[in-house]
Amino acid sequence: MSSSGAVTGIVLVGVGGQGILLAAQITARAALIAGNDVKTNEVHGMAQRGGSVVAQIRFGQKVYSPLVPLGSAQVLLSLERIEALRFAELLSPDGLAVVSRQAIVPVTVSSGQAVYPADAEERLRSRFPRLVYVDAVAVGEKLCDTRVANVVLLGALSTALSLPLESWTEAISQCVKARFVEINVTAFQEGRALAASA
Amino acid sequence: MSHAPQTRSLLSGNEAIARGAWEAGVTMATGYPGTPSTEILEAVSHYAADIYCEWSPNEKVALEVAAGASLAGARSIVTMKHVGLNVAADPLMTLAYIGTVGGLVVCVADDPGMHSSQNEQDTRHYARLGKVPILEPSDSQEALEFVKLGLEISEKYSTPVILRSTTRVSHSSGGVTLADRAARGEIAGFVKDPQRFVPIPLYGRPMRVKLEERLTSLAVEANRSVANRIEWGDRSLGIIAEGIAYQYVRELVPEASVLKIGWVWPFPDDLIREFAAGVQKLLVVEELDPILEEHVRSLGISCEGRNKVPGIGELSADKLSPVLGGGSADGKPASDPGAAAGLPARPPGLCPACPHRGIFYALGKFDVAVTGDIGCYSLGVFPPLKRIDTILCMGAGISMAHGMQKAGEKRKVVGIVGDSTFFHSGITGLLDIAYNRGASTIIVVDNRTTAMTGHQEHPGTGRTLHGEDTISATVEEFGRACGITNIATVDPYDITATVAVVRTAVESDQPWLIVARSPCPLYTKKAPGSPRRVNKELCRKCKLCLKLGCPAIEWVNDEIRVNELLCGGCAMCEKTCKEGAFETAVGACNE
Repeated sequence: MSSSGAVTGIVLVGVGGQGILLAAQITARAALIAGNDVKTNEVHGMAQRGGSVVAQIRFGQKVYSPLVPLGSAQVLLSLERIEALRFAELLSPDGLAVVSRQAIVPVTVSSGQAVYPADAEERLRSRFPRLVYVDAVAVGEKLCDTRVANVVLLGALSTALSLPLESWTEAISQCVKARFVEINVTAFQEGRALAASA
Repeated sequence: MSHAPQTRSLLSGNEAIARGAWEAGVTMATGYPGTPSTEILEAVSHYAADIYCEWSPNEKVALEVAAGASLAGARSIVTMKHVGLNVAADPLMTLAYIGTVGGLVVCVADDPGMHSSQNEQDTRHYARLGKVPILEPSDSQEALEFVKLGLEISEKYSTPVILRSTTRVSHSSGGVTLADRAARGEIAGFVKDPQRFVPIPLYGRPMRVKLEERLTSLAVEANRSVANRIEWGDRSLGIIAEGIAYQYVRELVPEASVLKIGWVWPFPDDLIREFAAGVQKLLVVEELDPILEEHVRSLGISCEGRNKVPGIGELSADKLSPVLGGGSADGKPASDPGAAAGLPARPPGLCPACPHRGIFYALGKFDVAVTGDIGCYSLGVFPPLKRIDTILCMGAGISMAHGMQKAGEKRKVVGIVGDSTFFHSGITGLLDIAYNRGASTIIVVDNRTTAMTGHQEHPGTGRTLHGEDTISATVEEFGRACGITNIATVDPYDITATVAVVRTAVESDQPWLIVARSPCPLYTKKAPGSPRRVNKELCRKCKLCLKLGCPAIEWVNDEIRVNELLCGGCAMCEKTCKEGAFETAVGACNE
């Protein structure tokens, strides 16, 4: 009755302030609405001040640990391009990476102590055989709100999971304020379309 | 808001603790913010119609307030992080003697792995030291149930109870079955009973005897508590596991026999003996210190534990997999850490437009030793600012400055604390400096909120946890009351004025109190100004602006550039630039 075989793991990464926690909330809620046992884990506190942030969601019939084991995540979603590389080892070899093209330069780079990789895209393509690499911020600009970039990526992520579409839209309407539901659902659908054409 | 019981909801461990308190009829909740415990009281505040709640100035006060409420008959919870219990240890040690009337649960969140803490202390030691029972949930459902259980134990045995959470329980969410709030009438009110509530030695000595008798009864109860259970499986290996470690064990070896311990101390000895007798080999899996393991050995039972299970940092299924086998990564090729090789580190740092930056930049101009404290400003330790030299605990930024100065440190000593930290435990240190004729400079970086933990109110903000208007205590008045005569208030965004004030203070042989006051822009959600940009014709690439360590100022392709999406328009760069190369970005409104 090992739970691990039937448990789906999702890892969401980015930089503090990008909306990782909302994306994690929507994903967990969608899994719950679809009738799953769900556990999630987030980083709070000091790490949120511009540092790398990671949230994890696991769902299935029965979930014990809230942490995604190394090399087991079905999907790795990254709101920043090199953060996907930082957490690559959590993704299963046949998992899907959904990565935003957005680059956020860390202070270690802007202050001249380190260099931001110029070959990020090549490294992403060689590391992730299944990669959706999209300009989520541009999609957000098209919809007149760059803050929905996280939900655009969630739409792309959803194509790799078995959760029904209604669970996602219901989860979005539970997790965002009423007046933002429509734009977020649109952003989600844009993300699905992007993944389908990638 | 309505709290009509849905059957099932997704709650974090912290939210579940708050929910459990509400369902159990708690009417008093106090605490001081501290990661990973902060969200408990924030969640309680959503039940403000039923529960009086407050951010107390510190954890000691919070526990004393709850103790008063308990003696009046109210069910109470107190929340804090592990190091907060050090502050509240004084009332806890004697509250165990006088005991409780209304149930009282002290919710303490440990931080194995030190995600957001200065140490990795294990709260379970406090249970033994204070002679109070301790419960430890392994997920959100248990977090809710154990608050209720703790309150029942507290009332049945007249003892405070500790509920120990950890980062992975507090900040993990899981499905929770909800119930309605238990109906409890009016509180009984305080009933005078000096022999019970006044531990002068005459009355305290009998209390001491009663305390030991109570522990004997509690140890018996621990054996039959629902919090402790044996799950028989394959008997070749028996695992004793508590807290989140239970979940990792179950994940890896679902077929194993497990003694799950949720009521950790007093230890359930009968259960431990029964379990040990039923398995061939015994392994104890616990995070941090080998408390259970050492006790099992003290019963004359041989077991394994710390020799196989790491005691530093937090556990995970990945870390236990080499010990227990199993796991979904089992048999898969080793992952390729090469993908992350050479990536620039992304440590947390001061935000763009953070007012603290002005103080650190100014301090960079002087050869001083800087004793720091707990808060966002601890991030001033990182390059390029590098202007925090020590951190110990809440309030120590002030007292350590005094000690260093009195010891004869050659350089001027400057102590830095935040506003919430000042009210928490900085005032007595400042009093010490004035009273004992010290000469250090204390800078209170007053950003009008408890920023690091997510912007909680404190006695200086003018608002309560309930959102009511209230007094707004000011640092300067406390300074004057302590006897400090040299007090200056400065806007830290005004670099020139800030440098001048710091210069006056550090060149003086008198104690100085500088209040650097400007609200946290993340809290006010209002950028101080319009984004800046670099005029390339004027920039001489001297890189002086990079010394600000501002995430919005980038050195890319041999050029200084401002990331206008990040820039909050604080204009510190403009004020430090000798060439006047920073200007308001095109298209932005004028300030």
